[in-house]
Amino acid sequence: MFDFSVVTHWVDQLLRSFLPEGWAILTEFILIGLCLLVGYAVIALVLIYVERKVCAFFQCRLGPNRVGPYGLIQSVADMIKMLTKELITINHVDKFLFNLAPYIVIIASVIAFSCLPFAKGLEIIDFNVGAFFVMAVSSMGIVGILLAGWSSNNKYSLIGAMRSGAQMISYELSIGLSILTIIVFTDTMQLSQIVANQADGWFIFKGHIPAFIAFIIYLIAGTAETNRGPFDLPEADSELTAGYHTEYSGMHFGFFYLAEYLNMFIVAGMATTLFLGGWMPLHIGGWNGFNAIMDAIPSIIWFFGKTGGLIFIIMWFKWTFPRLRIDQLLTLEWKYLLPINLVNMFLMVIVVVFDLHF
Amino acid sequence: MEIVVFYILAAVIVVFSVLTVTTQRILRSATYLLFVLFGTAGIYFQLNYSFLGAVQLTIYAGGIIVLYVFSILLTSPDGDKIATKLPKSKLFAGLVASLAGAVLCIFITLNHTFPVSRFVPGEIDMKTIGFALLGTEKYQYMLPFEAISVLLLACIIGGIMIARKRG
Repeated sequence: MFDFSVVTHWVDQLLRSFLPEGWAILTEFILIGLCLLVGYAVIALVLIYVERKVCAFFQCRLGPNRVGPYGLIQSVADMIKMLTKELITINHVDKFLFNLAPYIVIIASVIAFSCLPFAKGLEIIDFNVGAFFVMAVSSMGIVGILLAGWSSNNKYSLIGAMRSGAQMISYELSIGLSILTIIVFTDTMQLSQIVANQADGWFIFKGHIPAFIAFIIYLIAGTAETNRGPFDLPEADSELTAGYHTEYSGMHFGFFYLAEYLNMFIVAGMATTLFLGGWMPLHIGGWNGFNAIMDAIPSIIWFFGKTGGLIFIIMWFKWTFPRLRIDQLLTLEWKYLLPINLVNMFLMVIVVVFDLHF
Repeated sequence: MEIVVFYILAAVIVVFSVLTVTTQRILRSATYLLFVLFGTAGIYFQLNYSFLGAVQLTIYAGGIIVLYVFSILLTSPDGDKIATKLPKSKLFAGLVASLAGAVLCIFITLNHTFPVSRFVPGEIDMKTIGFALLGTEKYQYMLPFEAISVLLLACIIGGIMIARKRG
């Protein structure tokens, strides 16, 4: 299987050959940052197109089909439109906080994005507390949303932000506990190490019952965490116009929009890394021919394939389930998911201690 | 390189600390405090202590600041404008207190001989931290850990008691 560290080492050697060490590292920082931002933007555009198409097919429509073949360039055109739009300044708002909020949201999402192990040898931030770090960074986004809602000086925005804050804080618990279940199983928090431990079988198979329950809970909580339907009360368009980003225009609105889609990608990517083996191919013990064919598929396709599948499931949720009420939402978290999660973690501890896993 | 990053972080911390206490609006103050805490987390990351850095981000940025913002939004009607002019006596008392604090801090910093740092490069293994937190031997922190969890339990019960408005 192709190892991407060959490429990165080659770039590193090349830069070091004609630059002193400090400058070479600085250039690498800038290069990585650029690649990251380009990847972020491209994934967001693809996701927006996919979302519109998936939504259209669920509603027996065609979706975008005018700009380019099958409407493929539609979201690029939308992006250019968004970039050229005016940033409307609003009277009677705290301008500093109003302009700051989208940046907090998007920076939190970019940092969390850069922690994902995309392919073999393609990890950018790889702390030994990786899984914890992703949670820590993604919790920063809540501050941005709250500030956006308050500084817009608008009831709808404020209600949207409060709902969003309450929802994200409660569902963070479920996400944390289900990640913890897997960490109990795998013995490490380093994301690259978690992927490496799944070389002989994905955790959802190795950890059977508790891992599967944790996976389901993670998906539900992750959908709620990204404020997507059926948990999209923070921006319920029939009640709150657009929730916390009602007053934003132009690229500042674009930042919220991008961050929302990318957060969905991050949730799906983390689920892939923790439960579905990250970029590890599917291996079945004894089937050597099958395993060899699976190994031939590049690791980056494995990662994006699995993540794409999960993203499709999350979109499927959005376009099939009706929206929950706020009390139903909180009941689901505190009365069902949280107790199930705690019992599930206990189950996982039993499985690990008595060595009941595969 | 390291030095440059450190100076940037230090400047961010100092500037935003000052802004936190001088700004007129309470929500801005909370936001500046957030940047101070980010700066501190940045210094932890620079020291390669990623666990403490991540804890700083979760607890302070994700928890405490969100709590502050929430309570500001829920309590003050306009979420804006701290109390107006201070009376003279309070101003004087505040000045004396801060002066005394500054003198004390400077005195201690100047008189304390900082030992040469025995800094081990590289990240600390998560297992080491875990065993140190939950061990019962010397330099291990089982007792404080449990004491804090009892304290938190008391806080939760207190919160429920206050929130339940029944006799």
